Amino acid sequence: MTPSRKILIFGGLALATLGMLYGLHYAIIIEHQTLDEMGGSLAQSFSAAANGNMTQSTAALQGYGSTKYDYVRQVDIHSHWIGLAMIMIVLGAAFDRVNFSETLREWIAVTLLIGSVVFPLAVLLQTYHHGGVMFKALAVIGSGLVIVALAATAFGFARHSGSA
Amino acid sequence: MQLRFVFQEKMATLVKTPLMLAAFAPMSARRLLVFGGIALIAGGMLFGDIFAVFVLHQNAGAQAAALIDASRDVAVGNSDASNAIFAKLGALLEDRGTKVDAHVHITDAGYLALILALVQPYIALTQATKKLLAGLFLVGGVCLPIGIFLIHYVGLAYSPFAVIGWASVLADSAGALLIVVLMTEAWGFWKYLGPRELSEVALPAENSMPARALLSGGTLLVLLGFLHGAYYAGAFLYQHEQMETDILGRMIAAASRNDLSTANSEVNNFGDLAGAHAVNIAAHSHVIEFGLLAMLLSFVQPYVFLSEKWKRRWVKVFLGGSVILPVFVLLELNLGLVAGGIADVGGLAVIAALIGMMVGILRYTGKLDAREGRA
Repeated sequence: MTPSRKILIFGGLALATLGMLYGLHYAIIIEHQTLDEMGGSLAQSFSAAANGNMTQSTAALQGYGSTKYDYVRQVDIHSHWIGLAMIMIVLGAAFDRVNFSETLREWIAVTLLIGSVVFPLAVLLQTYHHGGVMFKALAVIGSGLVIVALAATAFGFARHSGSA
Repeated sequence: MQLRFVFQEKMATLVKTPLMLAAFAPMSARRLLVFGGIALIAGGMLFGDIFAVFVLHQNAGAQAAALIDASRDVAVGNSDASNAIFAKLGALLEDRGTKVDAHVHITDAGYLALILALVQPYIALTQATKKLLAGLFLVGGVCLPIGIFLIHYVGLAYSPFAVIGWASVLADSAGALLIVVLMTEAWGFWKYLGPRELSEVALPAENSMPARALLSGGTLLVLLGFLHGAYYAGAFLYQHEQMETDILGRMIAAASRNDLSTANSEVNNFGDLAGAHAVNIAAHSHVIEFGLLAMLLSFVQPYVFLSEKWKRRWVKVFLGGSVILPVFVLLELNLGLVAGGIADVGGLAVIAALIGMMVGILRYTGKLDAREGRA
């Protein structure tokens, strides 16, 4: 097995396991409480408004927005880690058909691995620092690495079919 | 000319057969994972289509109606009634959310099963262990979505826990089972890295048009999905999140002023925003998943025992459906339910192609088993 395939398959299996462990941890410890908090904040916002307390209503609505911000990202991290892991493993199985030198294939594999780890991780870090520009930039860089690696892979496959 | 082609094809099949037999032995882990994986994916997609037609839009309508009722309660100052409506709204969200999750998890388990089938030669474990792991994986892959689906209906009945019901326990246990299987497979791969000897015959590489089209088409679909996701996240995600709380704020403020007309209008805005968010996420995830599936299906093409013409047809149907579904899901914002209907047809095309390919694999295994004297 070539080093590039090893990087993709082993990295993918490790990433899938990480994504599932995160999902399990999230489902058991965080998800139910988060959903309760989200629903509770929205209900409290309407309830406070019904009682004429608009200050409390606005605060509860802000709480809802903040909790939902975290919830969306926490679910996305789980699905993106596992999804990217699956793509890595599948590409690993066919990576010899990418018609580049092995050195370039290794670079593509490493780029995809780094992007696949960093992109969801940066999204996770955003839940600890809402609106953090550095983490947003990190997510952009991570997703950019994934896109570049995928584009190079697609080009490599096309070169192969073209020359076959 | 045609006779010579048929002769060459028969000879090629005969030469390949021992390799194919070794790579696809009866009741082997790989065969279990290939059949189980395709069945899980087809089942998950069918469930998704049924959900989209019979639950999704009705659920969105019920959510809007609940928000209008809540606005009325705010207008008349009835906080108890408002809280009761949010309990109902929570149930509606749970109903929708668990069905989406069941759909996602059953198809993802199918993808993972196909991936595991692919990497079996690199897992340095005994055949019996691999078969056991494959069986456990399929059990987990079936129980996880069933558990998630039941969460809404079972609730906390007879549960000893404060917020986790028995259906959640089933789902979490199945998830844990999948993790254990994956970790064991990873350990098997780690063992392979020492001697680097394949534990079984690798899947034969096929350079046919269907296999190539699925591999390159699949990579392009994944790439398109990522580009769309990056564009949506950069251009709209934060804006939509801010808009959601703004709309809710305006809805509540209007209701508290007893301005129900404005409040109802904001409920419509809220629904439109939720729809815009949902179709973008659905298009993004579906195009990537179909791309991944296309790549996976390229590896099992040597086992699809159909004529070349039919193999090509199913590939075209699959790739066509994979483009139609996400594109028309996005167009739902402009074209409404017509686009939704076309998207569902795209989904059905993918399911039909999957079943067509699975029938081809079933025919192949039947032929192999008959040759081995097992049928």
